[in-house]
Amino acid sequence: MTTPIRPEFELIADWIQPNSHVLDLGCGDGKLLTYLRDHSNVSGYGMEIDPIKNIKALEAGVNVIQSDLNSHDICDYFDKDSFDYVIMTQALQVVSRPDILLDDMLAVGKQCIITFPNFGHWRMRLQLLWNGRMPETDTLPYHWYDTPNIHMCTFNDFEDLCAAKNIEVVDRTVVNSNHQTTLGMKLLPNWLGEVALYKVQRKI
Amino acid sequence: MKNSVGIVTPQTLHVRQPLQMVSGSVLPEYDLVYETYGQLNSQKTNAILICHALSGSHHVAGYYEIDGVQSKEAGWWNDYIGPGKPIDTDEFFVVCSNNLGGCNGSTGPASINPETGKVFGPDFPIVTVEDWVNSQNELRQHLGIKQWAAAIGGSMGGMQVLQWSIAYPDAVKHALVIAAAPKLSAQNIAFNEVARRAIMTDPDFHNGRFIEMGTTPKRGLALARMLGHLTYLSDDMMGAKFGRELREGKLSYSFDVEFQVESYLRYQGEKFATKRNFDANTYLLMTKALDYFDPASHFDNNLSAALAHAKAEFLVVSFTTDWRFAPERSHEIVKALLDNDARVSYAEVESEHGHDAFLLPNAHYEGIFRAYMKRVIQHVHSQEVAAP
Repeated sequence: MTTPIRPEFELIADWIQPNSHVLDLGCGDGKLLTYLRDHSNVSGYGMEIDPIKNIKALEAGVNVIQSDLNSHDICDYFDKDSFDYVIMTQALQVVSRPDILLDDMLAVGKQCIITFPNFGHWRMRLQLLWNGRMPETDTLPYHWYDTPNIHMCTFNDFEDLCAAKNIEVVDRTVVNSNHQTTLGMKLLPNWLGEVALYKVQRKI
Repeated sequence: MKNSVGIVTPQTLHVRQPLQMVSGSVLPEYDLVYETYGQLNSQKTNAILICHALSGSHHVAGYYEIDGVQSKEAGWWNDYIGPGKPIDTDEFFVVCSNNLGGCNGSTGPASINPETGKVFGPDFPIVTVEDWVNSQNELRQHLGIKQWAAAIGGSMGGMQVLQWSIAYPDAVKHALVIAAAPKLSAQNIAFNEVARRAIMTDPDFHNGRFIEMGTTPKRGLALARMLGHLTYLSDDMMGAKFGRELREGKLSYSFDVEFQVESYLRYQGEKFATKRNFDANTYLLMTKALDYFDPASHFDNNLSAALAHAKAEFLVVSFTTDWRFAPERSHEIVKALLDNDARVSYAEVESEHGHDAFLLPNAHYEGIFRAYMKRVIQHVHSQEVAAP
């Protein structure tokens, strides 16, 4: 799990209407919400389980609710369509049931913005193919035994899940670890993209 | 004395304005005893109200001087209030009053009823959380404070803070509701009832006229306190502290104190009944006030509707092993605030100390408290800049 860096904030901010109401799941130190507040006049809440990050989020002026995403209490706290956007950056792969969490997110939010690392990136494929070992990269700098990332997927996997759940992919941006995009990534995202940003909504 | 507010002296506000109480009774006039720490700024925007819990008082920080000697025991929240502490007295003017009906100076059952010239005793009217907040509002006006920069309270104090945000939405900027609940559960009320029965069935209680009879229902008070204390601790904490450790090293197969935990509980009960000299009628009144508190009841049992007009920003804190006011009870408050799109933060602090945790040092709790109070400080400072 890597901390989202500033360029990712900009990409997310581009997808968000000013003055929206936003829920940020796994908000960490609250930097994204403060960025969105300052740049797009966004209001809303963060949810975070880590006590230290909670304190940092509070210091950043974010309204943060301490919560374990695996407890699926989002729907206990918030009614249907409470938010314009529910955002979750780099956390889908650490939760116990990403598919159920996706349902929760789409229940309380009209649209969801999700970012996650791509396990289908060529470097991952090569490490497994040539070394026969679980990949370790800058984006995923963990051993197989101590990684918090328990549900790695590829872009194709995620889009298959969306199709199966009747979720519409409204927008997608594929970037490298520096949050830049290239023509190659556009042509072969699942081979060349390291991180993807998805904007999804329920199909009407 | 380091980081302490030092020697403090209580003050008394005599309110001549009659208090119309929820029960229908009227107190024609009354005293409120209170303490303050720190300095009120020129615009009177840095005032913090602390609301006390069941057996607490206005003595929230610092020490008393008795016959020229500093008292050993500090105020009940001394760990969190003082220079450089989360409630920083270098920044804030901190106010805490003894609740009406209390036994630490404010008008209560041990005071003289001006109408009869005798001690109120059981004739003191039933008080509610609403009455407390209304009387504290007189103190606010007396001090010339328009809006508390924050109202803060744990347990029963947290309930008062909730009531403040409902009854006087413009008078509270930040509300810190700690280890509290929006109303008592049947189990909570049941515990209170057992405590009250312990007091009322003590032969020294004399239907509440024990002062006139020159007695104190010490056994009842001690039992009530033992029961209360038991519910404030967690099973884990008691297990860790006492286990099944024996006082004499072996079982005596008698009803004497054998286990250390029995000895501890008896000590706590005795201390409360004798050294603290807590008024038994006050104990009855305060537990009743807790039982009655239910702001949602005036809004079709809808807590969200009860909090709809609250304007404060909230911090809600619960403790993992608190089973008297469990984290789920705090969730109810958070949910109701979220329904209103209120600005609210919530923290669930890991602690082994049960309900008592809100009074004890804890790194996460202190971090959350400190971070939130920085926000309050920023707000106070921004008002200074905004002023002409």
